[in-house]
Amino acid sequence: MAYHCVVLAKQVPDTQRITGQVMNDDGTVNRAALPAIFNPEDLNALELALEIKDRFGGRVTVVTMGLPGATRILRESLYRGADEAILVTDRRCAASDTLATSYILSCAVKKLDYDLVLCGRQAIDGDTAQVGPQLAEKLDLPQITYVEALEALEGKEITARRNIGNGWQRVKAKLPVLLTVVGDANAPRVAAAKQLMKYKKARTRLEAADEIRAMNPDAVEAEMAELIATRCEALEAKGLLIKHWDLDHLEADLSWCGRNGSPTKVHRIQSVILAAKESKDVEPTDAGLAGMIHELIQDKIIA
Amino acid sequence: MIDVNREGEVWVFAEQHGGTLEETPIELMSKARHLAETLGAKLGVLLLGDGVKDLCQRLIQYGADKVYLVENPLLETFQTNSYAKVILDLIHKHKPQIVLYGATVCGRDLAPRIASAAKAGLTADCTDLQIGDHEIAKTKKVHENLLFQIRPAFGGNIIATIINYDRWPQMATVREGVMPMPEPNVNHHGVIVTETAAIGQDDLPLEILEEHRRAKKVDLKAARLIVAGGAGVGSKENFKLIWDLANCLGAAPAATRPAVDLGFIDHDHQVGQTGTTVRPSLYIAVGISGAIQHQAGMAQSQKIVAINNDPDAPIFSIAHYKIVGDLNEVVPRMIKAIKEKSIKD
Repeated sequence: MAYHCVVLAKQVPDTQRITGQVMNDDGTVNRAALPAIFNPEDLNALELALEIKDRFGGRVTVVTMGLPGATRILRESLYRGADEAILVTDRRCAASDTLATSYILSCAVKKLDYDLVLCGRQAIDGDTAQVGPQLAEKLDLPQITYVEALEALEGKEITARRNIGNGWQRVKAKLPVLLTVVGDANAPRVAAAKQLMKYKKARTRLEAADEIRAMNPDAVEAEMAELIATRCEALEAKGLLIKHWDLDHLEADLSWCGRNGSPTKVHRIQSVILAAKESKDVEPTDAGLAGMIHELIQDKIIA
Repeated sequence: MIDVNREGEVWVFAEQHGGTLEETPIELMSKARHLAETLGAKLGVLLLGDGVKDLCQRLIQYGADKVYLVENPLLETFQTNSYAKVILDLIHKHKPQIVLYGATVCGRDLAPRIASAAKAGLTADCTDLQIGDHEIAKTKKVHENLLFQIRPAFGGNIIATIINYDRWPQMATVREGVMPMPEPNVNHHGVIVTETAAIGQDDLPLEILEEHRRAKKVDLKAARLIVAGGAGVGSKENFKLIWDLANCLGAAPAATRPAVDLGFIDHDHQVGQTGTTVRPSLYIAVGISGAIQHQAGMAQSQKIVAINNDPDAPIFSIAHYKIVGDLNEVVPRMIKAIKEKSIKD
């Protein structure tokens, strides 16, 4: 049987490539200087969904919540083989913690029919691993976290192997189910040339509008609206319109979104400047090293 | 969520599998005890399972004033839904002010499910917890005696202090190895509160077909001396230098994530943000540049010796002893120096 997989993805700053250049003089991170990337484990979730589609047929829909710029990872998903992409963006989503984020995402996923919901285990900007389980709770789905292999998918039953930290577990569940996928699960495929050629023209309504405005700087408002509508219709006809949903479309309860919907608040942020209190240069010679070992023995650090 | 309840207790979820307590929640009990005393509150521990009553006494010795014991055959094996439901019911019944979990795979799977159902806040992977006051900048309103949930964020480049002043309980998971294991105190007294679980088969949506848990091959957390190698060591063959130096010191061999990814040594030996957090007396970093993710796991070491051929390597900024040189020459010389010393002394 064919399966519809919904993949939740996030665009994140590449925190694993922080170099001297992105650190400000006061030791804080200059976020603007960091490249925005497809969260690595979300690529593993997408790959697992694409493998399911390859083996059993079906569809893959990718949903992201973020700034309009996050459309880039949606296009990347389409290049890799996703069938549909949805951008959830709205100023009122700003300052959402994991609880508010999972609420907003749950409103989006509830608009879709699905057999499996897949997320990366965690995103590298926060490393919380919370949105997957919270989303599962809001959708009232069983969750299988830390999935490292899909072992079987038969009818309405899935068997997966999950990492439990100091070992592993094989579990079976009935669909629909939510999985969070770890980096070891697979090697994500790269973009396919054919899909890249097709989808590089894919746009959200926001992007299409920006392009029309740039091309027709002198058009009056009514004219502009018509040009944008025509452009979006043309994109939609070719399957190149990336859906854009805001909180009104999601019919989300605003008291559970953004800052209002977020119980956790930041009290303080400190940059990490680690430094030894006293430090000594040791010559890499026999005498230098013997002196250091002698000190360590005297200080009772080593016996 | 529950309302702010200043009378509430401080709770720790005591994770157990097959009657064996996980270490991480136990580690955080001394901190939880301290938080409870600061707040003038009792320390409660949640113990769920089947036939696990024997563990209560140990939990009391580790500092629990109360052990909430929930035994049911359906709780024998951990499942997210059943455990979440039982804990959620206990939260609604007793209204604790703080609930803490170890940031194990189980804790990170369970706690967000509870937080979502409770519509309460949750902070992941804390490395420290404190009690403090928070002033709202706009209104100047001061919320006193909140749980400061302190954690690295942004790949370890910043330390964020998170609070939750209105939708309680205040909940956090705490990283493995960041808090010292408490010494059991046989004179500490506590009570066992027996609770029942309102769950049925529907709360067990998974079928656990097979499970393998193994003890870690090395216990880096307990090691007093650690010799760690990074990608700079160059090859698995050359990693023998690390083993040799570790052996002659009686130290545990360890590695950075890049060295583990390159296959120089098993993942059990990994130190850093995605590995183990260690705080030994001596940490010798060999061919380790000192990425922030690695530093996060070892910066608390009492003495740090760094060997690197790059004088600008970030590891030197936290090293007590800085040795700029080729590790292939320095390590054998160091081994020689140690052997000579131990003969002389």
